[in-house]
Amino acid sequence: MKKKQIKDLIISFIAALVIYGLIMFLMSAGVVDYYWSGILIMACINVILATSLNLASGYLGQLTLGHAGFMSVGAYTSALCSLYLHLPFLLSLLIGAIAACLIGILIGIPTLRLKGDYLCIITLAFNEIIRVIMLNLSITNGAKGLMGFQAMNIDFSVYFISAVITIYVIYCVVKSRHGRAIISICEDETASELSGIPTSYYKILAFAISAFFAGVAGGLYAQYMGMLVPSTFDYNKSVEILVMVVLGGLGNLKGSIIAAIVMTILPEYLRAFADYRMLLYAVVLIAAMIIKEKNLGPRIKSKFFKNKTVEVDD
Amino acid sequence: MSLLKAEGLGIQFGGLKAVDEFNFEMNQNQLYGLIGPNGAGKTTVFNLLTGVYKPTSGQIIFNGKSLLKMTPTQITQLGIARTFQNIRLFKKMSVIDNVKVGLHHSQNYSLLSSILHLPSYFKGEEAMHEMAMSLLRVFDLEKYADVKAGNLPYGKQRKLEIARALATSPKLLLLDEPAAGMNPIETEELMETIKIVREKFSIAILLIEHDMKLVMGICEKIAVLNFGTVLAFGTPDEIKNNPDVIAAYLGNEE
Ligand SMILES: Nc1ncnc2c1ncn2[C@@H]1O[C@H](COP(=O)(O)OP(=O)(O)OP(=O)(O)O)[C@@H](O)[C@H]1O
Ligand SMILES: [Mg+2]
Repeated sequence: MKKKQIKDLIISFIAALVIYGLIMFLMSAGVVDYYWSGILIMACINVILATSLNLASGYLGQLTLGHAGFMSVGAYTSALCSLYLHLPFLLSLLIGAIAACLIGILIGIPTLRLKGDYLCIITLAFNEIIRVIMLNLSITNGAKGLMGFQAMNIDFSVYFISAVITIYVIYCVVKSRHGRAIISICEDETASELSGIPTSYYKILAFAISAFFAGVAGGLYAQYMGMLVPSTFDYNKSVEILVMVVLGGLGNLKGSIIAAIVMTILPEYLRAFADYRMLLYAVVLIAAMIIKEKNLGPRIKSKFFKNKTVEVDD
Repeated sequence: MSLLKAEGLGIQFGGLKAVDEFNFEMNQNQLYGLIGPNGAGKTTVFNLLTGVYKPTSGQIIFNGKSLLKMTPTQITQLGIARTFQNIRLFKKMSVIDNVKVGLHHSQNYSLLSSILHLPSYFKGEEAMHEMAMSLLRVFDLEKYADVKAGNLPYGKQRKLEIARALATSPKLLLLDEPAAGMNPIETEELMETIKIVREKFSIAILLIEHDMKLVMGICEKIAVLNFGTVLAFGTPDEIKNNPDVIAAYLGNEE
């Protein structure tokens, strides 16, 4: 068991290294131009957002619509730390993530009692509150946007490594006794409590870790864009992240990674459809809810993939 | 000192007194039965004992402590574990992971040590794996360790639920109709397993069961519940010949 786990990890790291090497090579060879390297950076940021949201919404099973809010807290906090405190980039990034995490705990304690639709609405409201606060504070420069905090010499590697670390940490959480506790809450909260799991603690823990990495993604986004406006982090962004998680499969880490990458790159090819994107997201979410509610998942799976046993997601 | 003592326990749902003036006492390592007609309040008693419902009156003392202000999690950690009438496994998790959820508190490695893959993480996981496997072996489930719990046949799901409950290392195990849906051979097996479990883990067991052969066969004492109150309490022979009990059962059959 131990050997297999270490082997899997090593293989995954080698795969990450190969992908990294390939991208760096293509960049230096000029095949990947400035425009496309920007898209790859956004893909890394979206991977962080999707995998971290998957912990709260997939593994823990709490559908939330406030992930962009936590991203916003991370983005502004780290930008302000760089701008006014002149802290080095990585330290600002960390402080931004911790701020998002703390806000996550603060929001989580009263709201995680709620379920389903109620939690969705509350987190959506939180998302809007954060946006309005960022819009009206003088320190964030409101709608005019915050600028001048960008650090020099931060290249693609930082974004890529951040994404790898996020995936690794979430994977480790899931594969521990803590992760099993989190998944058991999603499966049956009462049975989980009656198996001795402190469910409130683990709900907040999963929520806090999820918010922490949303904060990391926010800080990276700020650094990449060089300018922050509150409207970037509205509920449309939260919906987009949730769609990535739902499309990739709730509680499926690989799925989240692939969905995040595809959903970053695909729109570049489908510029003509840009106006219909939100419409499409809505349809995807509604379909996903119906499939989940009616438990059609296994039936659809067995219809399309004629394999004998339904694979256990990991 | 008794292990479990319920005094004047009661709960009301709207106007319905589901359990009323329930008095009950159990000691270490005893095997008792709780029987009664449908809707008598048996499952509700379990829900009260495990903190799923808060009683509207009465007191529960377990191991010298009052359970009234405790959450289900705390009560489980204190040593009461249970199974459910309508099986409640973590269906999408593997069989062994179900047991490992029950074993959660048997290890205490931190989240940080699992992220850094420290030796304490591997040691803890290894120990947990061993404990889970030996529990599965008691119920002949070891070959299904990696199967999704929801894919197990019904009888085995019931056994897995008992294994998961035992994983929390309880002092008192509450079984809610463990033989429901089992055929006579499986029921026979289950009777043996329950006896073994009680000796091997030296715990007290309270079981709700409609299968009279099973209850009369293994329980030392039986409490009969009717309309939420204890109608009779005694050895299987006493219960069998109690006119009140016979009346309650026959009266309910129409
Ligand atoms: N949450 C609840 N809300 C309202 N009424 C309830 C609730 N739980 C139980 N009851 C009622 O309490 C009574 C006792 O139910 P309980 O499930 O304890 O019976 P039981 O003895 O376990 O029956 P069975 O043998 O059918 O399992 C029933 O009339 C039931 O409808
Ligand atoms: Mg019942």
